[in-house]
Amino acid sequence: MRPFDYQRAERLEHASQLAADADTLPLAGGTNLVDLMKLEVETPQTLVDISRLPLRSIAEEGAGLRIGALVTNTATAADPRVRADYPVLARAILAGASQQLRNRATTGGNLCQRTRCYYFTNIDQPCNKREPGSGCGAIEGIARIHAVLGTSPHCIATYPGDMAVALAALDARVEIARENGSSRSVPVRDFHRLPGDTPERDNVLEPGEIITAVTLPAPVGGTQLYRKVRERSSYAFALCSVAALVALEDNRFTRADLAFGGLAHKPWHDPRIAELLVGSEPSLALFDRAADLLLEGAQGYGENDFKIPLARRTLAAVLCEASGVGA
Amino acid sequence: MPIAINGEDYPLPADPRTSLLDFIRREAGLTGTKKGCDHGQCGACTVLVGGVRINSCLSLAVTNDGEEVTTIEGLGTLAAPAAMQMAFVAQDAFQCGYCTPGQICSATALLEEVAAGWPSDATADLGAAPELTDEEIRERMSGNLCRCGAYANILAAIREVAEEAA
Amino acid sequence: MSVHLKQDRPDTRNVLDKTRQGVIGAPLPRPEGLLKTTGTATYAAEYAAEGCLEGVLVTVPVVRGAVTAIDEEQVRAMPGVVAVLSDKRMTGRPAQGMAGEAPFQPAQEVCYWGQPVALVVAQSFEQARDAAKRLVVECRGEDAPLDPAAVDAEESESTRQGDLAHAMAEAAHSVDITVTTEGHASAAMEPHAALAQWDGERLTVHASLQMLKFNRAELADSLGLEQDQVRLLSPYVGGGFGSKLGVSQEVVAAALAAMQLGRPVRVVMSRQQVFQVVERRSETHQRVRLAADAQGRLTGFGHEARVSNLPGESFAEPVLQSSHLLYAGDNRLLRLEVARIHRMTAGSVRAPGEAVGVQTVEQAMDMLAAKAGIDPVELRLRNLPDKHPENGKAFSSRKLAECLERGAAAFGWEERPRAPRHTREGEWWIGTGMASAARVHSVVEAKARVTLRPGGTALVETDMTDIGTGTYAILGQVAGEMLGLAPADIEVRLGDTELPPGSGSGGSVGAASCGSAVFLACEGLRRKLAERLGINSDDLTLKDGFVRWSGGEKALPELLGNAPLDCVGHFEPGDSTQDLAVSSFGAFFAEVAVNRWTGETRVRRMTGAFGFGRVLNARTARSQCLGGMTWCIGNALTESLLFDPVDGHLANCDLAEYHVPVNRDVPDCEVLLLEERDAAASPIQAKGVGELGLCGGAGAIANAIHDACGARVFAYPMTPDRVLAAMPEG
Repeated sequence: MRPFDYQRAERLEHASQLAADADTLPLAGGTNLVDLMKLEVETPQTLVDISRLPLRSIAEEGAGLRIGALVTNTATAADPRVRADYPVLARAILAGASQQLRNRATTGGNLCQRTRCYYFTNIDQPCNKREPGSGCGAIEGIARIHAVLGTSPHCIATYPGDMAVALAALDARVEIARENGSSRSVPVRDFHRLPGDTPERDNVLEPGEIITAVTLPAPVGGTQLYRKVRERSSYAFALCSVAALVALEDNRFTRADLAFGGLAHKPWHDPRIAELLVGSEPSLALFDRAADLLLEGAQGYGENDFKIPLARRTLAAVLCEASGVGA
Repeated sequence: MPIAINGEDYPLPADPRTSLLDFIRREAGLTGTKKGCDHGQCGACTVLVGGVRINSCLSLAVTNDGEEVTTIEGLGTLAAPAAMQMAFVAQDAFQCGYCTPGQICSATALLEEVAAGWPSDATADLGAAPELTDEEIRERMSGNLCRCGAYANILAAIREVAEEAA
Repeated sequence: MSVHLKQDRPDTRNVLDKTRQGVIGAPLPRPEGLLKTTGTATYAAEYAAEGCLEGVLVTVPVVRGAVTAIDEEQVRAMPGVVAVLSDKRMTGRPAQGMAGEAPFQPAQEVCYWGQPVALVVAQSFEQARDAAKRLVVECRGEDAPLDPAAVDAEESESTRQGDLAHAMAEAAHSVDITVTTEGHASAAMEPHAALAQWDGERLTVHASLQMLKFNRAELADSLGLEQDQVRLLSPYVGGGFGSKLGVSQEVVAAALAAMQLGRPVRVVMSRQQVFQVVERRSETHQRVRLAADAQGRLTGFGHEARVSNLPGESFAEPVLQSSHLLYAGDNRLLRLEVARIHRMTAGSVRAPGEAVGVQTVEQAMDMLAAKAGIDPVELRLRNLPDKHPENGKAFSSRKLAECLERGAAAFGWEERPRAPRHTREGEWWIGTGMASAARVHSVVEAKARVTLRPGGTALVETDMTDIGTGTYAILGQVAGEMLGLAPADIEVRLGDTELPPGSGSGGSVGAASCGSAVFLACEGLRRKLAERLGINSDDLTLKDGFVRWSGGEKALPELLGNAPLDCVGHFEPGDSTQDLAVSSFGAFFAEVAVNRWTGETRVRRMTGAFGFGRVLNARTARSQCLGGMTWCIGNALTESLLFDPVDGHLANCDLAEYHVPVNRDVPDCEVLLLEERDAAASPIQAKGVGELGLCGGAGAIANAIHDACGARVFAYPMTPDRVLAAMPEG
């Protein structure tokens, strides 16, 4: 770990000002940043400890819920309102990491979690995300855990988190404080970026911007599922995951908000899937057509080719479970 | 403010890079807390901070000022071991012993977490209080790797303590 | 006083069955248990040493080549940095188990990606770690072969008997499969660590090592010291699984730094370094051929395997080790070949050979059972050879049939020919599978000193290690049984080269070898006690601290007086097994659930039945078996080393991406220990059990996957994608 200057932010504005410096990073739970600093993947000159800012509450806001950026993953998943009204969010959080990590990981930090790509975390390997212009080791290398949707010739990394996949399905928004004291709000679906030719940028945060909360829209009820396919039964990142908010009336879908993890540089949400499903009768053939839409532009890189059929099947599994088809 | 470890105050480290784990092992000299991976991937470094279990390797010591940390040495001693420490011996819930302090810290916290109603990935009904099923224990202990393969006995040890307490 | 036995004949006296203390075999808790559960057992990196410096190994991202320059100046100027070492005596590879001599030197000649070439020493760990990352090392790089399938292989071992091709052609039923297994990491929870101190003449190193007498020789040879200048201490070892058999790079580096700087130096590998520089289990490419008559009796047996290692390494994953003796078949072809490639050293990882060889044979047997329409357990029973099928030697003991039968009964095995997809629960296909277990037996020369102390307690001393296997418990039990003492009255001191040299832990040799040394020492003490009484030692009964004979009874302290009485037991393997086939055996039964959509496999329950000679402690033996069965799950479903095809580096070099099983992966497991006496194996009639529990069990899981969903998967680990690819539609 490189030496750094440690500062604790007492106020949000203070944190924003400090974070405006390109060599400064905010530190919350540390579960991802400290890991990457030890590897010297992250080498900030200054760390702004924001962990004691008053962003730790979950509050009702309008018909929805506002989850402070420093609320731990554990607290979110254990919150009775989340469990009752947004179970997909609780399920997604609980499917990730371990209890110890969730006890420290925060809402904001988890949104900013960086990729698990083997080439990104190894500073002796080329990686355009870590070191723009150095190349991508994964494309010709070990691409087992990598993306099949929205990749670029510069980067095929995935966003590794679970929570954000549920937030994308829920159409939650990210509340962001800016250096000048103002704030803005971005849909979670637009928060993470595709790599394009600037894979070093995971999301739309600008220097000096700090996530202050995530806001959830009014509860929609229905069936909420989070399905995560992984290589061991716990404590492993997703090969593929699906978050689903599904409702049916008279054997027709009235809601089918789906988001996918493990497939892309961001939680993947394709509005065409809901358009196809809503109003239709559930059937395996329909689910296959939904998968066709999802995987229309999918491209495998050899080792991860399996993710394309796996995503198709996982989508079908979730829709079968939600609709009762094939039971 | 200092960091209190098992009730004793220690001044913050001079080097902010120092992890809470290294602080406990080196600066406080409490080597019961183990370093297995240093990256939050094994759970050997599990300690309780304010009663909550965390991976001490991923927490910078300086961010814990004013906190109360409990390590394996704070749970019980050779002269006065905790029930969980004795149950691990009785059930042979370890072999090499290296992951064991982390397992015991986790197991201790686990019982509190279930009592507090925190759900897990193994909780069938998010609307109800979780029950201490075998599957719940296994899931909640899955952040602590044991390469010797003592998991089945770890489960038995936790069950023993839970049943004694019930 | 000492008692030496080179065991040239089976020992059928079964002395431990005639002694009266009743502790041998008892499921006693480990005496060091509370030290481990309270965090007071001290591991290598944890000793306090005044003024200790911290060293971090510097590795280079080159697969082959040589260091041409190291720019020390820049890091020497960094705060806290004390030294940069690139001594030619640094070792580039770990020593193989029982090498007893220096491993590959100099470290600066690079043979695999991530090889350590230098050591940065600083006042603090953070300073050293950062400086090690910043040290600029220039290397002349060369291309190197990386793909084991793309190079010509050397033949390592070959057995031909009869005509297998003919037997295959004539067979009523035959199976011919090709199976791959990927590399495995030991991944012991304690990273490799050493704390070295040099007093100008003698070196003392606290290290995490399995076989100290060999390690001392390896370290001394590496440094150019005499062995008696080196003391190694490893009283607690945080897991080894083969990776600490030989002295590894951090031990030599720490020693060199301590000698150069005159201060204590601690070197602990990072987890990534542990993955990148210690021994891996080789990937394997195997072909198994079985030819059988209409009744499923084997007429031909073929097992061929290709493994890999670095140039210059003698070790070749002994995939065929138990294939030679497990099943019948007159026409036989067994071949092992080694491809020379540039990955980190291949060496022993728990149960080298059988851990990947038996499961493949067991998959083939499952397929043969299906073809012949015979229950898989019955097929195995029909094919147990009367004697070693190649050399005709009799089996010293073999509980395989009993393990198969009793294991099947305990598991509730449904005796029937297999037809997959018989049971579905929701999304999950449920199936069962079984496999035999086999692990060859060996013992190693070992010494131990046992001292009867005034007051009637005993002290057992050897440089033997306890890597989690239960050495502290079982050596105390052997001594307690022989000397008539409660284990609480026995102190066991291990892991110090100042003590008599034991066998070390590895290859499942420790219990039988060191247990025998302790046994011999106690036999010597019993004779001495008998002499004092003027009786024959056969007339001596020792129990609960009392000495009884046909003429009377005395408290042991009374007989001992004020002077301690000691004896060194010296056990040496001899010809007792020369005319016999000696191996441990067992059987596995597994039930799995396979998700029909995703191919995810979960083991739902497992039963293992094992026969491995005398059980010395039923609790620790059971734990060894449980551990092995846990490894079976990782082997079958999750574990694989992933090497980059372009530059050869290990991509998944941490515990997040190399998937050892977690608690939730391990279901209810039942272990049956079948008591057995193997007089040829050791004077205490014990064989090894540390590895048996993972020799074949992955095959039971593979067979259960097929029974569940119809997928025959021929590549381990059976990850969801592989299961899905082999799963029939529907």
